[in-house]
Amino acid sequence: MDRYKAGVIPYRKMGYWQPDYEPKDTDILALFRITPQEGVEPEEAAAAVAGESSTATWTVVWTDRLTACELYRAKAYRVEPVPGRPGEHFAYIAYDLDLFEPGSIANLTASIIGNVFGFKAVKALRLEDMRIPAAYLKTFDGPPTGIVVERERLDKFGRPLLGATVKPKLGLSGKNYGRVVYEALRGGLDFTKDDENINSQPFMHWRDRFLYCMEAVNRAQAATGEVKGHYLNVTAATMEDMYERAEFAKELGSVIIMIDLVIGYTAIQSMSKWARRNDMILHLHRAGHSTYTRQKNHGVSFRVIAKWMRMAGVDHLHAGTIVGKLEGDPHSVQGFYNVLREPHNAVDLARGIFFEQPWASLRRVMPVASGGIHAGQMHQLLAYLGEDVVLQFGGGTIGHPMGIAAGATANRVALEAMILARNEGRDIWNEGPEILAQAARHCAPLKAALETWGEVTFDYASTDTPDFVPTPAVA
Amino acid sequence: MRLTQGTFSFLPDLSDEQIRAQIEYCLRNGWAVSLEHTGDPHPRNVYWEMFGLPLFDLKDGAAVMAALDECRRAFPNRYIKLNAFDATRGWESLRLSFIVNRPKHEPGFALQRTEAAGRNIRYTAQPNATVRPEGERY
Repeated sequence: MDRYKAGVIPYRKMGYWQPDYEPKDTDILALFRITPQEGVEPEEAAAAVAGESSTATWTVVWTDRLTACELYRAKAYRVEPVPGRPGEHFAYIAYDLDLFEPGSIANLTASIIGNVFGFKAVKALRLEDMRIPAAYLKTFDGPPTGIVVERERLDKFGRPLLGATVKPKLGLSGKNYGRVVYEALRGGLDFTKDDENINSQPFMHWRDRFLYCMEAVNRAQAATGEVKGHYLNVTAATMEDMYERAEFAKELGSVIIMIDLVIGYTAIQSMSKWARRNDMILHLHRAGHSTYTRQKNHGVSFRVIAKWMRMAGVDHLHAGTIVGKLEGDPHSVQGFYNVLREPHNAVDLARGIFFEQPWASLRRVMPVASGGIHAGQMHQLLAYLGEDVVLQFGGGTIGHPMGIAAGATANRVALEAMILARNEGRDIWNEGPEILAQAARHCAPLKAALETWGEVTFDYASTDTPDFVPTPAVA
Repeated sequence: MRLTQGTFSFLPDLSDEQIRAQIEYCLRNGWAVSLEHTGDPHPRNVYWEMFGLPLFDLKDGAAVMAALDECRRAFPNRYIKLNAFDATRGWESLRLSFIVNRPKHEPGFALQRTEAAGRNIRYTAQPNATVRPEGERY
């Protein structure tokens, strides 16, 4: 049989290109954006990606015949040009469930993004979206807490939660750091947050930070009668260090801990299991993601990272602000939010959702909007992002001319006034500035915030936008 | 102090007209509205006393306002909150919760610290009102 004759044959002739394949309900599906090298047919490039991310190597091996190789081969089943992007193609690839270890993001990603991104036959490659079948989702624990239970624990419903990252991000002593936490929480925020790179540095060791922050949290709780929290970042060099820090956070009565994406998928899953065992909300900062999510032609879309993190099991994930200082096309960002929050995603090309995705009762992840947002944008934030989100105003709280507590109060009053107006049926998108001005009449801190930042916007073109052609509705 | 639990505690107390508008919003969404009251506003006091059952299948906000009037007459000096419950699968919890009545004087909380090993401190927030027996708190 020619297929198994020693030597090199095109991937599409090795069984990795099957245009008539019908994906099974239990298949894992991946959509790649491929940019083939000159002279490489898109179908061959797609087959090569399917081959290298599943069973293939560069040459024929007879040992394939000792396996159910037809089942194990990933199948590229559809290739189409990307609208408006010459040279780029969307390639749909199906993987059998048995190619993957149950409950392991590390194993899933070692296949799907393991070798293939450096493959010479493609100039560039981007993983745009995935469909994870319910059969595979059920092997993951998912978020330890989830949006609903987090709200029940905090006793906060019907509005976004409010947070702030302590600034300056580096250099404060533990005592001064805790002051910022106390002022922000008593002023009206629900959470404050360590920044991604606050771990245990010469100016502030982690135990000192934890002790002062919990003094601040408890004082603020007593001052307001509300449950408050500070995301204690337990990111460290080793799992042993992270467990030690997490245990100390628990001992001090913190309701929430935090980790960074850079600790890696396995460490995230380990901390998720720890959080589940210890009734802890788990906040994930997406530090590092833009190195591979931002450019359209190469890397991994953040919507895929969002799916993996919902499976890995985090409760909070930074997912963009749209209006703030960091990258974020409105439609793409709404797609990320829907992936994190909805029980079921329908195909939604405008928001970059290429596959129907049932979430099989995996809990909802609370998205976090952080970076260059302020009270004057409250109507836009609420209209774009909805109410199940943590809005984090770092500079917009701490940089307030009347002080940190006043900054927090301004944000809380702006938020509550906007929710009240929205629920009353007012058009907040158009009437937003007027609603804020009205609320500022009984709140001097809000008035000062609007005067300071009211006009500040970050209006740059996004690089990561969905590519699609709107299909006319069937009459 | 002003207890800031609930969705609208940073705004001036809502008028009955404003409360009615929020109730209509809840009913439009198909949520069941209920009233709860307490003399112990500790942040972790999850179970306030229910004032009757949640008003399932209700279409008319006037009935909620009548229940609220009755609750306020019975407990004029307690915290009363209005909750809206969404029974949709995967949510099955509250969608909105806000305070609609407060005691005339809110005595706040005492923060007690107990020194523990190392530099650890054990914190207890004690509602000042609960120092007195139930019924004599406000």
